[in-house]
Amino acid sequence: MPENLFKMNAKEYILPGSRSCQGCGLSLAYRFALKALRENTIVTLPASCLCVLHGLYPNTSVNIPCLNCTFASTAASASGIVAGLNALNKTDTTVVAFAGDGGSFDMGIQSLSGAAERGTDFIYVSYDNEGYMNTGTQRSSATPMGALTTTTPVLTKQQHKKDFLKIMEAHDLPYAATTSPSYPIDLYEKFVKAKRIKGTRFIHIHVPCPPGWSYPTKDTVRIGRLAVETGIVVLFEVENGKLRFTGRSRTLAEKGNKLPIITYIERQGRFKKMSIEQLSQFQKWVDSRWNEFLRRAAN
Amino acid sequence: MSDVQIITGNQAAAMAARLCNVQVVAAYPITPQSQLAEILSQYVESGSLRAEYVRVESEHSAMTVCISASTVGARVFTATSANGLLYMHEQLHWAAGSRLPIVMCVVNRGVGAPWSIFNDQQDSLSQRDTGWIQIHCRDNQEIMDSVIQAYRIAEQVYAPVMVCYDGFVLSHTMMPVHIPGANLVRSFLPPYKPHTILSPENPKNINPVLLPNPRMSAEGILCDGYMEMRYKLQKAMEDSREVIIKTSREFADAFGRDNGGMLWEYRTDDAEVILSAMGSVAAEAMAAVDQLRAEGIGAGVVGIRVFRPFPKEDVARAFRKAKAIILFEKSISYGYEGGLSSELKAAFYRTDIHAPVHDYIVGLGGRDVKARELVEAAKSSVEAIRSGTPEKHTSWLNCITE
Ligand SMILES: Cc1ncc(C[n+]2csc(CCOP(=O)(O)OP(=O)(O)O)c2C)c(N)n1
Ligand code: SF4
Repeated sequence: MPENLFKMNAKEYILPGSRSCQGCGLSLAYRFALKALRENTIVTLPASCLCVLHGLYPNTSVNIPCLNCTFASTAASASGIVAGLNALNKTDTTVVAFAGDGGSFDMGIQSLSGAAERGTDFIYVSYDNEGYMNTGTQRSSATPMGALTTTTPVLTKQQHKKDFLKIMEAHDLPYAATTSPSYPIDLYEKFVKAKRIKGTRFIHIHVPCPPGWSYPTKDTVRIGRLAVETGIVVLFEVENGKLRFTGRSRTLAEKGNKLPIITYIERQGRFKKMSIEQLSQFQKWVDSRWNEFLRRAAN
Repeated sequence: MSDVQIITGNQAAAMAARLCNVQVVAAYPITPQSQLAEILSQYVESGSLRAEYVRVESEHSAMTVCISASTVGARVFTATSANGLLYMHEQLHWAAGSRLPIVMCVVNRGVGAPWSIFNDQQDSLSQRDTGWIQIHCRDNQEIMDSVIQAYRIAEQVYAPVMVCYDGFVLSHTMMPVHIPGANLVRSFLPPYKPHTILSPENPKNINPVLLPNPRMSAEGILCDGYMEMRYKLQKAMEDSREVIIKTSREFADAFGRDNGGMLWEYRTDDAEVILSAMGSVAAEAMAAVDQLRAEGIGAGVVGIRVFRPFPKEDVARAFRKAKAIILFEKSISYGYEGGLSSELKAAFYRTDIHAPVHDYIVGLGGRDVKARELVEAAKSSVEAIRSGTPEKHTSWLNCITE
């Protein structure tokens, strides 16, 4: 395990000139994830920002074999790669499915649940920019309450974010974790660990998105950190049912000094129409989830 | 060496898949295909077929698993019916666009709403434009033979193949079938060679976003745009006719059975009246022709075996002497006519075939189709044509229409 960035795998798998936006949290996350996964990896991914990041035919900015698939089919696509490799006795390759929140929380949920229930030997990564960004910042079930999107343009999103980790945990996974590119070591370690485990591993990555969330591109790392500091995003891992805080969330849990969510909300244009009522509901939602995590981690 | 067993169409399909040594099977049950999915599970769990069987949660995933497994280099098989096939629709295009030699049995069934579990061919016919080769079988022997041929065709032209057969009428009906020896099948069907390999040694980005126009690669090679790729799929489909005919001929040489390539004919040599259909109705039409001949009408059958690529040249030859053409179809293109009717008439354009075409919609949702009914329909058409009323609106046989 690297105790600092310099001890990570120094090789780069994303070449300069990727098609993601300036300040993209996804491209940061993907960079560190691929460093942890290393060469013997096959990625499959659906229509999404990541599909665009991979480049337009015939050129690609990513040095890892990749099979593009349809929006609803990512985990089934991984299942097919795993089955095909098994049939050909090539069993040492890590198969990784990488989909957005739309491709996981919404349309991809059926094939993901199927693959997880079958115990398919792969890592499923849901990178969460909290909306359908590739198609122009529409609402997804991962969009937080009070956010403006192009399909909630006036009233903002009325519902809380879907608690997707709970759904995934219900599949009795050997490994499930949440992470953020604002904490690259946390992210890297989780991928290194997931790679060593057999069965369906699930990793959720909260990826700040400057155009979709409307904040200056230089602030991506800070926004990602504030999400954690406020307890909106909780860094943890669940191994065989046992939950453990990691990284910054662990120190927050120990010291009990998480910030009020307003420090995160006020920096993003997408929340500019959030009502006082929504803000307080959101805060309650965060606090009650946080307390639940504290209880679970104590057990 | 070949032995004869009395088996259902689903058993014939399962045995054929096993003889082809498929390496990955992914299937989701739906009547009347279910038995096929079950038999294959039995083979895999008992060890008589060494394959990965992925028990997916939907047909969309079944086709996805086939797509990905085929991309990494495995020979794959799946099967479905009706709404299952429609649920795959997106993936059917993806499979053909990826140029993968996937073979799928479509056990034909009527499509809801309202629900019917019984047979017609609305399911496969409505997938006409997905880029799949479509073979329709008239009996259980043809199911066996066509699955084996389908792999050889698919793996040469890099296009997926649907082997279609009528639900219940064939899928659940026992018929004698010659089971070919494993060695014979192995020598007929060389191992699958994938056209792209998804491997860490050679990282590729397969099926990314494309722009309208051809683009230069980093190495300076001009690569296809979307439209060039579409043209190549169309070209491969057109060229597959040769491969289908050749495969059928070589199959006949090796196995002693000729399925006819693109189409087959029955008593057409001196026929003036030609009955035509796809699948088991075409077999029923053979019985109808025997009766018509006994009554003094010179009739024959042209069975359309391959619906895509459409056998344009073959039908122009097979129908050239016809004075009357009578079609029996188990599907309808709502708002127009039976799909086969449109295709045949288009194929006759600028040929010397000017015979009237009478189109009968029959047997939707499993309504029984008897040879006697085909005889009566054919006779009334022949009568109408003789008495000077050649054209007729599409008729619905054995259906209350007012
Ligand atoms: C069946 C289908 N419906 C809709 C789309 C259009 N579409 C492409 S990507 C996308 C949203 C992607 O959102 P997400 O998965 O969150 O990834 P992001 O773009 O945010 O990275 C949508 C709706 C599609 N490709 N396929
Ligand atoms: S829209 Fe957001 S997630 Fe997508 S590439 Fe741009 S910054 Fe990254």
